[in-house]
Amino acid sequence: MKKLLILSTALTGLAATAQADITVLSWGGAYEKSQVEAYNKPFTAETGIAINMTAADNPATPIKAQVEAGNVTVDVADVEYADAIRLCDEGLLEEIDPAILPAAPDGTPATEDFLPGALTDCAVASIVFSTVFAYDASKFPDAPPATIADFFDTEKFPGKRGMRKGAKVNLEMALMADGVPADEVYAMLETDEGIDRAFAKLDTIKNDVVWWEAGAQPPQLLADGEVAMTTAYNGRIFAAAVAESKPFEVVWDGQVYEYDLFVIPKGAPNLDEALEYVKFATDTQRLADQAKWISYGPARKSSGPLVGLYEDGKTEMAPHMPTSAENLTNALPSSYEFWVDRDSELNERFNAWLAG
Amino acid sequence: MTAQPAAASADGAFVEFDRVQKSYDGETLVVKDLNLQIGKGEFLTMLGPSGSGKTTCLMMLAGFETATHGEIRLGGRPINSVPPHKRGIGMVFQNYALFPHMSVAENLAFPLEVRGLGKAEREAKILRALDMVQMGRFASRRPSQLSGGQQQRIALARALVFDPELVLMDEPLGALDKQLREHMQFEIKRLHDQLGITVVYVTHDQGEALTMSDRVAVFNDGRIQQLAPPAELYERPKNSFVAQFIGENNKLPGTVEEFGEDRAVVRLASGEVIDATPVNIRSKGQQTLVSIRPERVEFKPEMMPAGAHTLDAEVVEVIYMGDIFRTRLKVAGSDDFVMKCRNTLGQTRLVPGQHVRIGWHPQDARALDPL
Amino acid sequence: MADITADIAPGPTAGSSDPAAGRLTTADGQPLARALARAQARSRRRALLLVAPLLLFVLITFVVPIGQMLYRSVHNDAFARNMPNLAIWFADHPAGTEPDEAAFAALAADLQKARADKTAGEVGTRINYEISGTRSLFTSSARNADDLQPPYRESVLALDEDWGDPRLWQVMRGASTAYTASFYLAALDLTRDETGAIARVEENRRVYVRLFVKTLALSALITGICLMLGFPVAHLLAVLPLARSNLLMILVLLPFWTSLLVRTTSWMVLLQEQGVINNMLVAGGVIDDGSRIRMMYNQAGTIIAMVHILLPFMILPLYSVMRPINPSYVRAARSLGATSWTAFRRVYLPQTLPGIGAGSLLVFILAVGYYITPALVGGASGQLISNLIAYHMQDSLNWSMAAALAAILLAIVLMLYWLYDRLIGIDNMKLG
Repeated sequence: MKKLLILSTALTGLAATAQADITVLSWGGAYEKSQVEAYNKPFTAETGIAINMTAADNPATPIKAQVEAGNVTVDVADVEYADAIRLCDEGLLEEIDPAILPAAPDGTPATEDFLPGALTDCAVASIVFSTVFAYDASKFPDAPPATIADFFDTEKFPGKRGMRKGAKVNLEMALMADGVPADEVYAMLETDEGIDRAFAKLDTIKNDVVWWEAGAQPPQLLADGEVAMTTAYNGRIFAAAVAESKPFEVVWDGQVYEYDLFVIPKGAPNLDEALEYVKFATDTQRLADQAKWISYGPARKSSGPLVGLYEDGKTEMAPHMPTSAENLTNALPSSYEFWVDRDSELNERFNAWLAG
Repeated sequence: MTAQPAAASADGAFVEFDRVQKSYDGETLVVKDLNLQIGKGEFLTMLGPSGSGKTTCLMMLAGFETATHGEIRLGGRPINSVPPHKRGIGMVFQNYALFPHMSVAENLAFPLEVRGLGKAEREAKILRALDMVQMGRFASRRPSQLSGGQQQRIALARALVFDPELVLMDEPLGALDKQLREHMQFEIKRLHDQLGITVVYVTHDQGEALTMSDRVAVFNDGRIQQLAPPAELYERPKNSFVAQFIGENNKLPGTVEEFGEDRAVVRLASGEVIDATPVNIRSKGQQTLVSIRPERVEFKPEMMPAGAHTLDAEVVEVIYMGDIFRTRLKVAGSDDFVMKCRNTLGQTRLVPGQHVRIGWHPQDARALDPL
Repeated sequence: MADITADIAPGPTAGSSDPAAGRLTTADGQPLARALARAQARSRRRALLLVAPLLLFVLITFVVPIGQMLYRSVHNDAFARNMPNLAIWFADHPAGTEPDEAAFAALAADLQKARADKTAGEVGTRINYEISGTRSLFTSSARNADDLQPPYRESVLALDEDWGDPRLWQVMRGASTAYTASFYLAALDLTRDETGAIARVEENRRVYVRLFVKTLALSALITGICLMLGFPVAHLLAVLPLARSNLLMILVLLPFWTSLLVRTTSWMVLLQEQGVINNMLVAGGVIDDGSRIRMMYNQAGTIIAMVHILLPFMILPLYSVMRPINPSYVRAARSLGATSWTAFRRVYLPQTLPGIGAGSLLVFILAVGYYITPALVGGASGQLISNLIAYHMQDSLNWSMAAALAAILLAIVLMLYWLYDRLIGIDNMKLG
């Protein structure tokens, strides 16, 4: 009994002196695993702060709910660009001063080391991910699809198509498939004719599309043989192809890439620790490390050269990154300015188109 | 079996069960070799304890159960394979089975509508049937708005409204209180007489059976134990089961000591000797059960036939019941012997503890099979 | 009443029409009604105490959130709160007033305030719900708001000529009060044009009305199929001996013990083009490999999976109504000359109406609000209105819109409930 008392007293003392645990909200799956391996484990080892990892379909949603209800339990969340901007504009996020972020090893300040647009008032980008299209190589043994136009050509490449249910990315890809150069896509989409043209292109395959919502669905659809080709997040296809040896091939032509960013909800219970975490996780080495676990590109220039092999120790990661030069020949950086403004209109129209 | 051809069926029975058997599980028979003829216009009651097979017989007649073996004939025509709705038999159910979502008039219209009768004819028949049961004012009520007795009348009217020749009644008065039940017994009997219909009536209430029926079929264990008019059933039961089931009854077990054509002497376990009429005993030395109705027991020597054997009895209890005294006696070592004496002017009042000698006419004591 | 009272207790005013007259009193002269109320108050208080936890629970988890939702569907103060000067101008000038210099001055002041408070995004988001592309108008104008000089009209228009758009001013007027019907308008595919009149939105953006209609139609179809399939099963359950029917009941209830997600994904395994059913049909030579049937990611998938999931909700009320129906009713009908079909139609079926009503209402209301199943197996054509509510909750984060859609759905369900009450009577319903 006495021993127990001493033990419990000691434990209580320990708990009191340790720093608070923080809660990080992310997307689950292979992506979450890469964050745990590259950021969380070394962070806990270095600071003693334990990390409680949770997942949501879209982490932006619970943040809005929690901040509005005044009951914030999340310290750090991983969100998409348009959501980061919107949440920040609505005053739901803490601001993060870029000056506190660590400089690159060669001394380049963070503000210059991060890729253009990777730092905003409230968010720090960690990775670049891309929506690409992928196909089942066993379905097209002779002449595999090579361009985004092939994705929309069901005559030459018969079979069902998988696409994310939503206007974003689909409209861009439709225009690129219709022959619009990447750098003119958003200018085109600003006009009614451009939108009509994109929907007209989508119309050509509407009856062949299986719509997906969660990132885990497209590799499953491919594996089940439900679709012959599907748009997907490049990391998910990579994971299925390399880790599970599925015969999936990624076509980089017409890829649409964007950032994923760390944000801190307004009123986060452990603001200081949360900032520590964001600083730690976005330094040059951690971002390079993450690529060891998933094929998403680091948001810092200085991390690029440090990217090495996949966790299997033999797969070279560079060719699988959205940001590597050969993959960027006909690539489109997703425009958050466009989507923040036009999101509701285009999704309404998309939903109407879908239901029609 | 023991069926007797009734007077009414001299020109061929109206309803006939011919060697009918019924089994539900293929292992045991609930109805064993039933032969029964029911005459036209007869009121026949199937009486018996629950599980005796009487309701099964009724359901086979109505068409809701199929006979496992044998033939059922209605008006000389086999009806084994005729579906219930084509048999034209009226039926009154234990719970009345009035359709709760229809008014009284709609309930009565139902059998007429399915027969395709015109509106005018329907209304005339409904009115007549309701008047018949004195329920003319209730045509627009719902069954739930009626009392049990009223529902019973409507059920009766519905079973009669399409002029069936045969009406089956499955314990129709079971749910009514005593007074109402007696009144309805009278009503049913009146309708039977008035309409000249044939009625097959199932009940486990012997009083009901005795008051209403032309003949009663006493069921037990899947067989008819006795088929007879009520008086004969009561006064001349053919076996111990019937004697016990119908009316109150004193039983004295013993051994046949003398055996004659119309007279037997039975020695009781106590050593005493009594007179009895042999019914289904065959020989001397046989075990028997002597049955005597309580109202036929006498304790005044002047009321007993000369030379009859008497028994010693001790009065245990006297209950004043108004019209009679019900006296419990200790006879031959057992104290459940009952004697009923009419409450007449100058009747001797017995008191507990008093010793009397009791006796009876030998034809009132029936020596039956030992049970 | 007055007459009866007069018979019992003829008082001085007995027989008069004054309702207070001739009241019954207790032995000691108190009014009977008051004495009764006092006698029952104690037991009533205790009864209230017993149900208090449930009452509180329902209040907190049900009434308050629904109230909040309804409130949110008409209340959005993102603009009114952050643009106070413009709100005053709108209040002072009736609809249709051309925005004057004072209006632009108010706008400039509000933009400067928004810049200082960092609320331009919030304001822009609110206006952007109604006019696409205006969000950046607000954020970029607020960034440059400090450069604004009188005359403000020219200055603001120089910043961005979109500020001259009359429709924008119309929308800002609508948003300048916290309470607005614009989300309800949008939820019915309606909008206000530049004159403030209600008009339908462009053809290619009309989606909600169509989806409401489709949701109701699909739910009705699912309810009908559930009834067709559930009725015989419930009947079987009701007439079987209890021991056997209990076993069967377990089979009926089995789906309840499995998570909805698991059941839905099992249907995916069965129905997909490379799935069990198609594979069996191909293996059996019924169809060839090239013409596999598409049973999923379309309306058929939604119907199949939802019928399966909702079937118990039909069977249980039906069963509970059928079980006590005495078989003698049908026998009586048969003995009265009805064929088995007539007996069923005229005697049995009407008695099961309370169960049919309850089951149908239950299945229909559940189907109207179903969301996970159509999202997973419905594809594009199998989407229901609830999927769009979820979209506005989770993706567009336009909660006012989600609330307005949900409120309309709630209103439709309540209307159906009322209709049901009028036609069949709610006290005729039997849920089990």
